[in-house]
Amino acid sequence: MKINKNSNLYTVLYASGVVVIVAFLLASFSLMLKAPSEANERIDKMKQVLASLNLRNLDNSAVEAAYARIVVKDMVVDAKGTVVAEKGGFDIEQKAFSDDCLPIYICRIGKAEKIVLPLVGKGLWGPIWGYLALNDDCRTVYGAYFNHASETAGLGALIKDETFQNEFRNKIVTDTAGQVVLTVVKKGNVKAENTTFECDGISGATLTTNGVNNMLHEYIAKYKPFLDNYLKKKEENSHE
Amino acid sequence: MSKLFSKENRKVFTEPLNFNNPIVVQVLGICSALAVTSQLEPAIVMGLSVTVITAFAGVIISLIRKTIPTRIRIIIQLVVVATLVTIVSMVLKAFAYDVSVQLSVYVGLIITNCILMGRLEAFSMMNGPWESFLDGVGNGLGYAWILVVVGAARELLGAGTLLGFQIVPEVAYEAGYVNNGMMTMPAMALILVGVVIWVQRAVCGDKEK
Repeated sequence: MKINKNSNLYTVLYASGVVVIVAFLLASFSLMLKAPSEANERIDKMKQVLASLNLRNLDNSAVEAAYARIVVKDMVVDAKGTVVAEKGGFDIEQKAFSDDCLPIYICRIGKAEKIVLPLVGKGLWGPIWGYLALNDDCRTVYGAYFNHASETAGLGALIKDETFQNEFRNKIVTDTAGQVVLTVVKKGNVKAENTTFECDGISGATLTTNGVNNMLHEYIAKYKPFLDNYLKKKEENSHE
Repeated sequence: MSKLFSKENRKVFTEPLNFNNPIVVQVLGICSALAVTSQLEPAIVMGLSVTVITAFAGVIISLIRKTIPTRIRIIIQLVVVATLVTIVSMVLKAFAYDVSVQLSVYVGLIITNCILMGRLEAFSMMNGPWESFLDGVGNGLGYAWILVVVGAARELLGAGTLLGFQIVPEVAYEAGYVNNGMMTMPAMALILVGVVIWVQRAVCGDKEK
């Protein structure tokens, strides 16, 4: 029997058949590969946290051990400065960040305590995010890490570059009045008197670097109450 | 064996590299050629990914070409390409996470690449799997080498580096050399592709004549 390939019945059956096969293929691949991809994502996230502490280019196998050694606590705090949970900050996805739910990492490098603040913001084309590591004075940057989902290669994508991230080291985050002063400015526009808190942007990527700047300002302000509490507690402890 | 690499088959493979290049002659895939060539590395990654996908999508479409209903053939081609790209990206995410992170933006661009649709519709629908495979690899590589040329020129002139390594020496900068920021803009990619087309036509002659 010769099949009429142009008949409606054949077309509909063929399309349905293709859909079923494709759905089956995609679903089975997705299920089979779920475990290894999630493990990869976890390791990648740990790597990003460690990168903000200037521990870069770690081997994948060494990441988990280094993370366990360095990160003392992954807490959840809110924008009022109260600690919501002592544990589980690591598992909070970026989408879930809100004023009631902000993860924060307390880390230990040598004897010094560092605080890592996760940040989320908008770039030019899509989401950007980062981790800002502060020294235990809560005012100076120890290290920074930024990443992006879909910024332009060679321009906005350079926020992922170590050179750009190293700009932030040792900069001042807030002034004595508690205002956020850390700023990313247009490349070459850092004023000589402001080098302690202004960072060079990336030329040709003004919108992405503005996104980084806004993200820093928004999130540092949100973490500020927690940081104030942290400092108060530290002072009390040193008096005892 | 001799039939596999017959004169016609060799032509199928080599023509897209030059006389029938997808970018400079067929003017397909221009959008992604402009988007990913501000640096050499994404250009190479994109070129290779498109080569792999055109080759395998060609084989699959060619195998089922006699069963595809004419009226929905474009949809079927698109579904095959999209499935293939999605599976490849899932496999990469599980086993080569670093590559998949690098590819993230480009995966979507592969699906929309007109070279894929163009070759499936014009070649794989009428030819056998092996010929389609050669045609896919040929067109993919034809696309890739243009991307590499444009990517290398843009990164070298725009940032003074190649694959991230500094090529222009410090001495040159001290002597007053400045990177051409224009090169990192998409507009310069279009002009560079234009230059490549011009050189190709000047050397090989206009095919249409």
